[in-house]
Amino acid sequence: MPKPAKKPVGAQPENPQRVLCDGAVVENQWQLLQLGGDEDVSAESLPAGNLILPLTLWLELRGTLQARKNEIGVWLDSDETADLIGDAAKELPLIAANFPAFTDGRAFTAGRLLRQRYGFTGELRAVGNFIRDQLTYLTRCGFNAFAYQGDQPMEGLLDSLQDFSDSYQAAVDQTQPIFRRRALA
Amino acid sequence: MYRYDEQDHKLIRERVAQFRGQTERYLAGELSEEEFLPLRLQNGLYVQRLAPMLRIAVPYGLMNSTQVRRLAHITRKYDKGYAHFTTRQNVQLNWPNLEDVPDILAELAEVEMHAVQTSGNCIRNTTTDQFVGVAQDELIDPRPYCELIRQWSTFHPEFAFLPRKFKIAVCGAEHDRAAIRAHDIGVQIVKNAEGETGFQIFVGGGLGRTPIIGVSIRDFLPETHLLSYLEAIVRVYNQLGRRDNKFKARIKILVKALGPEEFARRVEAEWEQIKDGADQLTPEAIAWAKRFFPEPVYKTVDAAHAGALLRDQAGSNKAFSRWLERNTFPHRVPGYQAVTLSTKPTGVPPGDVTDRQLEAIADLADHYSFGEVRVTHEQNVVLTDVEQEKLFELWEAARKHGFATPNIGTLTDMICCPGGDYCSLANAKSIPVAEAIQRKFDDLDYLYDLGDLDLNISGCMNACGHHHIGHIGILGVDKKGEEFYQVQLGGNASENASLGKVLGPSFSREEMPETIGKLLDVFVENRQPDELFIDTYNRIGLEPFKERVYAKAS
Ligand code: HEM
Ligand code: SF4
Repeated sequence: MPKPAKKPVGAQPENPQRVLCDGAVVENQWQLLQLGGDEDVSAESLPAGNLILPLTLWLELRGTLQARKNEIGVWLDSDETADLIGDAAKELPLIAANFPAFTDGRAFTAGRLLRQRYGFTGELRAVGNFIRDQLTYLTRCGFNAFAYQGDQPMEGLLDSLQDFSDSYQAAVDQTQPIFRRRALA
Repeated sequence: MYRYDEQDHKLIRERVAQFRGQTERYLAGELSEEEFLPLRLQNGLYVQRLAPMLRIAVPYGLMNSTQVRRLAHITRKYDKGYAHFTTRQNVQLNWPNLEDVPDILAELAEVEMHAVQTSGNCIRNTTTDQFVGVAQDELIDPRPYCELIRQWSTFHPEFAFLPRKFKIAVCGAEHDRAAIRAHDIGVQIVKNAEGETGFQIFVGGGLGRTPIIGVSIRDFLPETHLLSYLEAIVRVYNQLGRRDNKFKARIKILVKALGPEEFARRVEAEWEQIKDGADQLTPEAIAWAKRFFPEPVYKTVDAAHAGALLRDQAGSNKAFSRWLERNTFPHRVPGYQAVTLSTKPTGVPPGDVTDRQLEAIADLADHYSFGEVRVTHEQNVVLTDVEQEKLFELWEAARKHGFATPNIGTLTDMICCPGGDYCSLANAKSIPVAEAIQRKFDDLDYLYDLGDLDLNISGCMNACGHHHIGHIGILGVDKKGEEFYQVQLGGNASENASLGKVLGPSFSREEMPETIGKLLDVFVENRQPDELFIDTYNRIGLEPFKERVYAKAS
């Protein structure tokens, strides 16, 4: 995919203490790396531990990060499409997709493509300004982790994961659209 | 028509529960205004000038009498006893209380209705021709495909937060009565040389601030691939559509920016990857969808006898004959006719119906048309399957309830948005303009002599009243805080779709009826026998109209 349209100016994603992962609240084990401006970053200068790199940095450094393969994830900003990671997704332990604003729905598509086209099986994490009411849609698009940075209690978020028990169309969680299930029944 | 099964019921109930929770959180201050906004919009709820407005979905314009009765009940219990049919074949309530909306949705759910995706930046209710299933020029009935699109698009997890709203219309007939070229995606059902069913796909149409007629990006899409192709289009749009400026966020702007060829190339590339996936419409799936739209059990009638009876009745009753002429539509089954109930008597906002009228519509549908009704994009109501022998009876009943005005297709059957009377975005009122024009042109013989003529009025450039595609379009504009009206000529919603051209400087409200009168004079003086307004306009152009209207009084 060629370069998509510009993104609206939005806040950068945060690193909350706890995240929702596979239906439970857990400690956040990953540090999302923000770049200020023109820092000169090399593989050696990266901090230790589990890191989520911005896509551009990861593309630049990926050749030199083999040794840390299992502790380096990537985050896509909303104007960055899943094909920019492509089949390399198979090798990644974690991919985060950013919501600069919850109304910016591009990451839903990114999620589906990473899971269904590029064979990504690791943790797919929503970061940024998504809201609780989007959790079922996010789950259906393949997200299994949520770095929620809003101010509602996490327990409420767990409830929202149960908003819908079924779905009409095929997506990541349900591979058969309802018309097929019905017509075949 | 399509009937819910347990899964549909459950999903819609879950949606009501979800929205009830959201409304409670909002009222308790746990959900911000900004967060609640898209959630309520996706449940059809606007906040308007006078009160909230609730838009209820009528999938492809089709309802049964039970649903219509429930609407009547809801307008009485929660609103002021009337409802409004819209150009998107939906129903709007103008005065509900926010607190009541979850209860309204729960009442709707009981009769297999909802307000899902009637607003917001998602795939909206799919629309179609009101005469599907009965029109003589129909190739294939679009309803099964519309229903499959409804199911595919409802709660689509990937496309609930698009750059902008997204509208799909389907047409299965030769004559486009669904304005498919004014939609984000227009689907025209076609057959290829081998007689196989498929679709011609138009994209990038739309009205509003930047009106554009959709372009064809595929001449023949095999039937099996409908949903995957739609998915490919919307996916390309979701990734590349502009999000930095809401006025440039529609797919039409993307198609224009990339060029239709490049846009089509990207869609095809995306589609190649998914076309053989789970969304394929297998023959079983299509057969299943078609089962919901069986042909009604028509009587075998003596068509010659029915025809003779009608001619008799028409011959001896001028009023009936006028109604028959204008408000009924030929049927493919001998002995039957489709009937349009006009919501456009003079002095009533086009599309407005009372609770009593809704109940009457339900009764008429039960008596005369297998219990089903259709909402038209011209804001009227259609009963599709009326026996010719019953037309007279039906006409008398319709007259009693005030929707037998014999003006369908004429100047006074205008499309009109709510405008400044209800809508907080309006630049000008539109309902009083409609009324003034209806009052001036109330001579039926004159109206009939003018023939089919689309007059469309919008109160601002959002174009809810489709002014760009009216043969005559009127647009409310604001000049230094005063209401004025711009006139456009030559728009066309049909298969020969075109956008109207601005006539010249705008007019005050008082000048409008007279201005329309002058336009009609030019038409009458220039027309060839039986020529329609739009054809005369296309032949002689804008200039003669302009000269007359702006001529200095001598
Ligand atoms: C009273 C509340 C209403 C509000 C606030 C409202 C708002 C809007 C807005 C903002 C647009 C612009 C969309 C764009 O930029 O493309 C629009 C378009 C439209 N609305 Fe409404 N509207 C209202 C009522 C209605 C009604 C009553 C109808 C039908 C009679 C209607 C039918 C439409 C249609 C057909 C469009 C055309 C847009 C297109 O195809 O591009 N709306 N409306
Ligand atoms: S055209 Fe403008 S005034 Fe009319 S309903 Fe739409 S937004 Fe309101």
